[in-house]
Amino acid sequence: MGAPLAKKILVLGIGNILWADEGFGVRALETFNAFYEAPGNVSLLDGGTQGLYLVQFVEEADRLLVFDAIDYGLEPGTLKIVQGDEVPKFTGAKKMSLHQTGFQEVLSAADLLGAYPEKLALIGCQPLDLEDWGGPLTAPVRERLLQAAELAAVILDQWGAPCRRRAPGEAAAALLGNDIDFQSYETRIPTIRTGG
Amino acid sequence: MGVQTPNGFNLDNSGKRVVVDPVTRIEGHMRVEVNVDSDNVIRNAVSTGTMWRGIEVILRGRDPRDAWAFTERICGVCTGTHALTSVRAVEDALQIRIPENANSIRNIMQLTLQVHDHIVHFYHLHALDWVDVVSALSADPKATSALAQSISPWPLSSPGYFKDLQGRLKRFVDSGQLGPFKNGYWGSKAYRLPPEANLMAVAHYLEALDFQKDIVKIHTIFGGKNPHPNWLVGGVPCPINVDGVGGVGAINMERLNYVAEIIDRSITFTDQVYLPDVQAIGSFYKDWLYGGGLSGKSVLAYGDIPENANDYSAKNLLLPQGAIIDGNLNEIHPVDLRNSNEIQEFVAHSWYEYPDETKGLHPWDGVTVPNYKLGPNAKGTKTNIESLDESGKYSWIKAPRWKGHAMEVGPLARWIVGYAQAKPEFKEPVDKLLKDLGLPTAALFSTLGRTAARALECQWAAYKLKHFQDKLIATIKAGDSSTANVDKWEPSTWPSEVKGVGFTEAPRGALAHWIKIKDTKIENYQAVVPTTWNGSPRDPQGNIGAFEASLMNTPMVDPNQPVEILRTLHSFDPCLACSTHVMSADGQEMAKVTVR
Repeated sequence: MGAPLAKKILVLGIGNILWADEGFGVRALETFNAFYEAPGNVSLLDGGTQGLYLVQFVEEADRLLVFDAIDYGLEPGTLKIVQGDEVPKFTGAKKMSLHQTGFQEVLSAADLLGAYPEKLALIGCQPLDLEDWGGPLTAPVRERLLQAAELAAVILDQWGAPCRRRAPGEAAAALLGNDIDFQSYETRIPTIRTGG
Repeated sequence: MGVQTPNGFNLDNSGKRVVVDPVTRIEGHMRVEVNVDSDNVIRNAVSTGTMWRGIEVILRGRDPRDAWAFTERICGVCTGTHALTSVRAVEDALQIRIPENANSIRNIMQLTLQVHDHIVHFYHLHALDWVDVVSALSADPKATSALAQSISPWPLSSPGYFKDLQGRLKRFVDSGQLGPFKNGYWGSKAYRLPPEANLMAVAHYLEALDFQKDIVKIHTIFGGKNPHPNWLVGGVPCPINVDGVGGVGAINMERLNYVAEIIDRSITFTDQVYLPDVQAIGSFYKDWLYGGGLSGKSVLAYGDIPENANDYSAKNLLLPQGAIIDGNLNEIHPVDLRNSNEIQEFVAHSWYEYPDETKGLHPWDGVTVPNYKLGPNAKGTKTNIESLDESGKYSWIKAPRWKGHAMEVGPLARWIVGYAQAKPEFKEPVDKLLKDLGLPTAALFSTLGRTAARALECQWAAYKLKHFQDKLIATIKAGDSSTANVDKWEPSTWPSEVKGVGFTEAPRGALAHWIKIKDTKIENYQAVVPTTWNGSPRDPQGNIGAFEASLMNTPMVDPNQPVEILRTLHSFDPCLACSTHVMSADGQEMAKVTVR
């Protein structure tokens, strides 16, 4: 008899990094990766706006932690943790973007395939601006990235997957390359606005 | 009465206006407004979208070798095809030639996307426009089994299989969370399948969901990861090491054999499940031949899947290239993406401004300056539009035109061009399908034809996957394992000013990126995406776009339940998966739907 197999945990960031605060989920995941080293049973996935195409990753996970922008009419930058059965209802409460609709469908599809995660948590952030084409995260959201990463570490710890906070200056393997990482993208972007 | 458009439609906006509108206007959402006459037939159609247009702004000043990674994020569903288009544009500008293996691997990546996207689109985004899920609950599993076995040798067809599946579906529906099946107009008279065909289709919905996971593993193998596989200017980023065993990232025989196995299963699935399903569903809708729109008039294909590396001329492309105008299938016009008089984008009815809006601009000279204002007869406010005024500006999508013509792009356009060229691999499957359904050639120009062309193309792509897999292995066995040409990787080797164009056939249609590079940085970058062609608004001459044209003259069973509108728009596989609700003419919300 060996030790019971560790639960497979997926930490998923979703959203469109090219679209202002829509990028929260992916940037929060990137921040988490920069500040924490997770144990081997935890995988990190930049899900982008892949919607239904993420079902296989969700299916393989025993436990799922999601970073996403959510609209709950809160003060911009407010973080909200939602757990368990509330997650699909929550993402459905106010649909505000393409990938959110897609993600509800992902959960339903995993359910239909008989592979719904046994534990599910969402770390959501209320956006300020979703209409700035090619724009960066707004300050209220950007300032919460580290806190969102810290919350994820707390949840993972509760799930039996303690994460190690990296030492200052310690390098981590980058999640996003080719100039679309947070630093390269956010530091120099001209923006245009849709008006309205 | 009404207004006659130059491209042959009579628009009459005097009847009741039905608005199919997104919950928000964020990110690629679309909205459609139609006017119906007293018999509920659509007599005017207005399509608007918030297609994302900011890529040129983001990319200015960046390294051209990174552009693919940005363009991969434009859209949630056609990531890889944007990346491929981007690296081709940069290679064209810098005159970089790629190795034969890189061409084969890119074709495998692109064909994999076609197979994957077509299957997911049909089963998970479009089938529910034809299939009534709730009706499946009343099917007889034995009769379902008999039906399934009469149309295909696919083994998952026993009465017990369908009985179990029906039980799962019932538990799911009874739990109150319809999940992916919510937002349907279940029970509408617009649905025509008997319960057994509905149950069979729902079974295949689930099987396709399971199967699509395997297809994309090809992207992981050749692209290093999925989602968001890696690409490389000059070739592909995966080294080949046939003698290696499990080397990190390298392609070895074990992985190549695994790819071959997935390809074989893709062929079986399209042969035995997808095509028979489309044919079976089609047999119940063969008198519902609406939705043709521009397809019987003007279609455009750039072509794709070069047989040999570095030759993008029409004769070397396995997916056909050409333009057909005014329904004349006897004349196929060559298409030149560099010619400033061919592809032009207009903004007379788009929320942008040009110095002279009667004229169009070729993408190399394209500009994107927003100008958001509503026409004088629009109702509501800028932040809460009740109904649009199509006589003014009404869409975030520009209006691309080919020599002034509004064009349809996509699988049906490609297959019409291939059919008109009398290429057996396109003509024969179409003729066979039409014959089996007892339909004339004209039936091809319809919503059903669009859906069928996609299925035929999926099958074509699955077989072509095998072709390029075999070719790749043969080349490797002959001793050539090169996958990238890095001779011009260093920007110091580049000329100071160059421009290029890259094109592909994305699953949903012709896609091209135009790039200008100055002093090693991107100076201008313009992408004209398939849904810009299909979802375009009117142009200065008043020609309506493909979505708009496709809705014209379609009778609706009930305007409060716009199944017919969704069915036709979904048949284009618009890359705007979006939530919509239906509003009545006075802005009262009538019902909620999802434009999937």
